[in-house]
Amino acid sequence: MKRLLILGAGTAGTMMANKLHAVLEPKDWEITIVDEDETHYYQPGFLFIPFGIYQKRDVIKPKRNFLPSGVNVEFAGIDLIEPDAQKVSLNNGKKLSYDYLIVATGCGIHPEETEGMSGDAWHETIFDFYTVEGATALARFFKTWEGGNLVINPVEMPIKCPVAPLEFAFLADWWFTEQGKRDKVEIHYVTPLPGAFTKPIASDKLGDFLDRKNIHLTSEFATGSVDPDKKKLISWDGDEIDYDVLVTVPTNAGSAVIERSGMGDELNFVPTEKHTLKAKNYENVFVLGDATNLPSSKAGSVAHFQADILTENFLRAIDGLPLHEGFDGHANCFIESGFGKGLLIDFNYDVEPLPGKFPLPGAGPFSLLEESKINHYGKMMFRWVYWHLLLRGAELPIEPQMNLYGKVR
Amino acid sequence: MPVLELAGKNITFNDEGFMEDHKQWDEAVAREIAAKVGIPELNERHFTVLNYMRKAYEENGTGPSIRALTKQSGIPTKELYELFPKGPAKKAARIAGIPKPQGCI
Repeated sequence: MKRLLILGAGTAGTMMANKLHAVLEPKDWEITIVDEDETHYYQPGFLFIPFGIYQKRDVIKPKRNFLPSGVNVEFAGIDLIEPDAQKVSLNNGKKLSYDYLIVATGCGIHPEETEGMSGDAWHETIFDFYTVEGATALARFFKTWEGGNLVINPVEMPIKCPVAPLEFAFLADWWFTEQGKRDKVEIHYVTPLPGAFTKPIASDKLGDFLDRKNIHLTSEFATGSVDPDKKKLISWDGDEIDYDVLVTVPTNAGSAVIERSGMGDELNFVPTEKHTLKAKNYENVFVLGDATNLPSSKAGSVAHFQADILTENFLRAIDGLPLHEGFDGHANCFIESGFGKGLLIDFNYDVEPLPGKFPLPGAGPFSLLEESKINHYGKMMFRWVYWHLLLRGAELPIEPQMNLYGKVR
Repeated sequence: MPVLELAGKNITFNDEGFMEDHKQWDEAVAREIAAKVGIPELNERHFTVLNYMRKAYEENGTGPSIRALTKQSGIPTKELYELFPKGPAKKAARIAGIPKPQGCI
């Protein structure tokens, strides 16, 4: 009997458990998945909570519902991974050994990395929307807020879902307009990047959107600290930006167990082979989702494309075959732009988001980098697809590798 | 691609202003690039950073992020921004003669 151990039962780990359980012989393989949290969060839904579109109950379900019955589930924290001894210690005293390990421990926010951020003002005048607690606290705050300076600031890259803070700005513009308060709210988008987004064409397009929506942009701002009493965001260069409410995307880092186990880089992301998803330093360890150090987006769509490639590579690895260099960095993201519309971007390591059309059997075509109502419906429909198809490892009509069809240079 | 004569050498830069071949670099070249990007003088601390960046590039094939830089070179973030104002990772990479650090998507 061989043992496969999956660490993390979020989007990536859950998909891998389902996909591999479906193809590995039960008499030859014992599959175990570990996570400390029994609740699965639909993280793309957090964005909608501050604006009352979703509530907490719309974005949570028990993890157990999405894991196949033939897989052992351990709800416990992970104390230590010992890749050389092929052992993992849990905080419930259990020690698990493995033949193959899949690391899908994700990433999280660290407001304590920025001086002044995580004190008394946290969730009072400084909010995140990357946790269900932050998003619901912000919903409560916005209900009675009279207006003022709303500053949105991703502190440093990389962050999970790099378009989310922009979507937040677009939705805030829409929501305060609906509330009849838009004239009392200044929206200011402050980013460490040279423009609205990381890649030139999308950055120009999204920058135009900010202009049109009267959202002020400050670029190349490297946040060094926050003064919560004077309500100032202060850069390492000493520039200051005043806020009344700060919506931050704090420093994102991989799990602390990666650091404890000596397996990560300076932000606890695991060095991973760019195209095969094998851990760089270990032969029988694979990594996917937000836990990798890859220069692809940290997003559910990316984890989904990686899960297809990793399923194939896992089967090759146990068969002693060379791995397929199949992962091209593909990401596919709906961008909510407010007023019932959205955009879509589709890109990979080498091809930046381009305009054009994105064909999708049954639902598309969606317009790329262009606002449309159908893109918004695509985004809202996606929650159903996520719970019912994606997590369970079902085939979706979208290929893991990016396709240039429909895109215009 | 622009070719500039710096410190008596013909050096090729890419369109974003990063040196094409890091082996053409020396301290005199660094001083001339620094002057062009608004740092009139390079001191010992500047060179600690530049040499660390070149070493990291030679080992890993990419320049380090600011976090890796502060964690491994021991220079605090605040000082790094004083030495190389407005984006030390990018600016120091230019002066160190190595390619632009791989950005994140």
